[in-house]
Amino acid sequence: MHRIHPPLAGCFDEMLADDGETRGHYRDFLQWLTAQSPETLGQRRHEAELLFHRVGITFAVYGDDSGSERLIPFDTIPRILPASEWQTLEVGLRQRVAALNAFLHDIYHEQHILRSGLVPAEQVMVNNQYQVAMQGLDLPHHTYAHIAGVDVIRHADGGYYVLEDNLRVPSGVSYMLENRKMMMRLFPELFAHYAVAPVEHYPSLLHDTLREATHADNPTVVVMTPGHYNSAYFEHAFLAQQMGVELVEGRDLFVERDRVYMRTTAGPRQVDVIYRRIDDIYLDPLVFRADSMLGVPGLLSAYRKGNVILANAVGTGVADDKSTYPYVPEMIRFYLSEEPILNNVPTWQCRKPDELSHVLAHLEELVVKEVHGAGGYGMLIGPKASRSEIDDFRARLLADPANYIAQPTLALSTCPTFVDEGIAPRHIDLRPFVLSGKDVRIVPGGLSRVALTRGSLVVNSSQGGGTKDAWVLEA
Amino acid sequence: MMLSRTADHLYWMSRYLERAENLARLLDVSFSLSLLPQSKGARAEMSAPLVITETLKQYNARHDTLSAQTLFDFMALDRDNPASIVSCLKLARENAHAVRGKIPVEMWENINATWLQAKKLPSAVNVGEFFDWVKERSHLFRGVAYGTVLRGDAYSFVRLGTFVERADNTARLLDVKASLMDSGHGVDDFYAWSALLRALSAYEAYLELYREPPNAQSVTELLLLSPRLPRSLRASMEAICKILAQIEGEDSRVAQRDANAIRNELHFVRADEILRFGLHDYLNQRLIDINTLGERIYDAYLKAA
Repeated sequence: MHRIHPPLAGCFDEMLADDGETRGHYRDFLQWLTAQSPETLGQRRHEAELLFHRVGITFAVYGDDSGSERLIPFDTIPRILPASEWQTLEVGLRQRVAALNAFLHDIYHEQHILRSGLVPAEQVMVNNQYQVAMQGLDLPHHTYAHIAGVDVIRHADGGYYVLEDNLRVPSGVSYMLENRKMMMRLFPELFAHYAVAPVEHYPSLLHDTLREATHADNPTVVVMTPGHYNSAYFEHAFLAQQMGVELVEGRDLFVERDRVYMRTTAGPRQVDVIYRRIDDIYLDPLVFRADSMLGVPGLLSAYRKGNVILANAVGTGVADDKSTYPYVPEMIRFYLSEEPILNNVPTWQCRKPDELSHVLAHLEELVVKEVHGAGGYGMLIGPKASRSEIDDFRARLLADPANYIAQPTLALSTCPTFVDEGIAPRHIDLRPFVLSGKDVRIVPGGLSRVALTRGSLVVNSSQGGGTKDAWVLEA
Repeated sequence: MMLSRTADHLYWMSRYLERAENLARLLDVSFSLSLLPQSKGARAEMSAPLVITETLKQYNARHDTLSAQTLFDFMALDRDNPASIVSCLKLARENAHAVRGKIPVEMWENINATWLQAKKLPSAVNVGEFFDWVKERSHLFRGVAYGTVLRGDAYSFVRLGTFVERADNTARLLDVKASLMDSGHGVDDFYAWSALLRALSAYEAYLELYREPPNAQSVTELLLLSPRLPRSLRASMEAICKILAQIEGEDSRVAQRDANAIRNELHFVRADEILRFGLHDYLNQRLIDINTLGERIYDAYLKAA
């Protein structure tokens, strides 16, 4: 028999309700699970690990000396979402990303929202993610974030909250796809029984989105990677292959008379759309970092002339910045005249003196994050932190308040997960991927990350998090 | 049409795998020769792999003596020796990793699994088993290439790497014998020629084609000039010419011209002429030609920046 540990007090568990009853959408799964012998399931997990290793779905961890590549742990218990909840989420995501794209177009053009005073102008204009070079540049369909990865969590109240909007180079979609493939291979009987909404067509939706991003006829699309030492290289190669396009590095491209070409065995070929998986500052050494070996000299000039499309656009970071995040509900009202469907997490902006003093007085309860941070690096989780860590953060906050925001410690929902002590609740999140072009496209579900350490709220794979398959049940 | 850098990775991926296989073949022949009881040139036989891979200096810097075991450790397993078999497998894997999206999953899995197994090899691995394992992995790679890769430029560059490396290696392998002949060892040694044929999987072919015991002239003819033996220099050059003719390229004519010149030479020359000229000198010239051809191929297709 499996040992299934009870849910944690004060958290929403995706499978078990507070009274210990199994939630409706998990009932068949749990029945199936209890019918399997622990040995069989152990074998399947072992098989999954072998397969992931052989396929080489690995992840490079920065700052780890042994450091080459390791697997992201994969958990075989899926996170299941009922159709009705997903429908709400999907509408909310479309709304949110539409507002963010409208915001980006606005701040690089007429700046209505700044003039209306809803978002403080200095907040945007002095943000180092704001790219002056983007001012006045017209992009097809006014799309800036062609690919957005929105991190959503479920709080103890059972409601969904957006934790952050990733509009630069969000990653993880390949794990979503590989996890599904793995689950179907390991447990085909489950898929025969459950109507799980498919996600496998994501690469083709991505290709459609990228082709729509330009006015060029029959465009040549490429994926641009920093190279095979990058932590997400597997994903870059995977997406290029799945779309049937070239995977290029900066050195494969060159610019001549403001057009971008790739070097091929048959000579130069013009490139129309670059799905770039490198940050703004590495794109073009003539404009950004002169020491960047990853970029292409002259790329920005070609971009400004409209001869090539970058996806995502340059300068989207200003909209997913944690200092901009608190204003997203206002953006939705301002641009779409709609009420936000998805909740924002209440956020204190430490650049405001009164909010800073509240934060300093409640450090033990709050999560403090760097405004530009990502990957779970450089954050304080008050309830989990030691005295000296809190003191250290207090000093950092006082030295540079504008660099931080704080949020209440959210009780991320939990999902039963295979761990050493059996099947126990672990905290999870969900990153759906929103594709924007002429149309908005979303595959049902997303990447579900899980914090494997007991009680941990940090799900990032760079911090030892794992992943799960996320199932949206068809209605 | 494909990215020059992609073509470069594909080409070197298969060159390194072919090199690993040929190193295993080379070491195999040296080991069997040095084990022969009547072998007078055991030392010369053993140092031959170092000489033809141009790693004698590195070896001497690391080891005082030359024994079968230290040679095997250095040439087969030493990850710090960039020319070792294990290093070749690693480099092949790195090149494959860089273009994993451009090769079939099964090919990537094959190369990755080879490297993962190589990393786990015990230091006391059985020599013969190890050579067999390397050859087997290489056979698997060729099988997966033949059976899964879409026929097009990617396939062409994978095959091109194989044959350029093989042309070079076959010439070098024969040169082991040639150098030994020049230094007066084992001139008409039946066992030595048989070992060489076996190393190139050509022994059965030899028995089928020739009635006489293996000797300098017959072996030279088979290994250099036979269009039918898959590992001969001539067969490799025929393959290279055919592949080059299929790849679309802006300035590929020089590479094609040079490849055809080598092929024509091998087409018309006779084995007795080669021996009169001096086998070692003849092979040396062909090695220079092949090296130049490699540069032409690089200029025509692979140069990235």
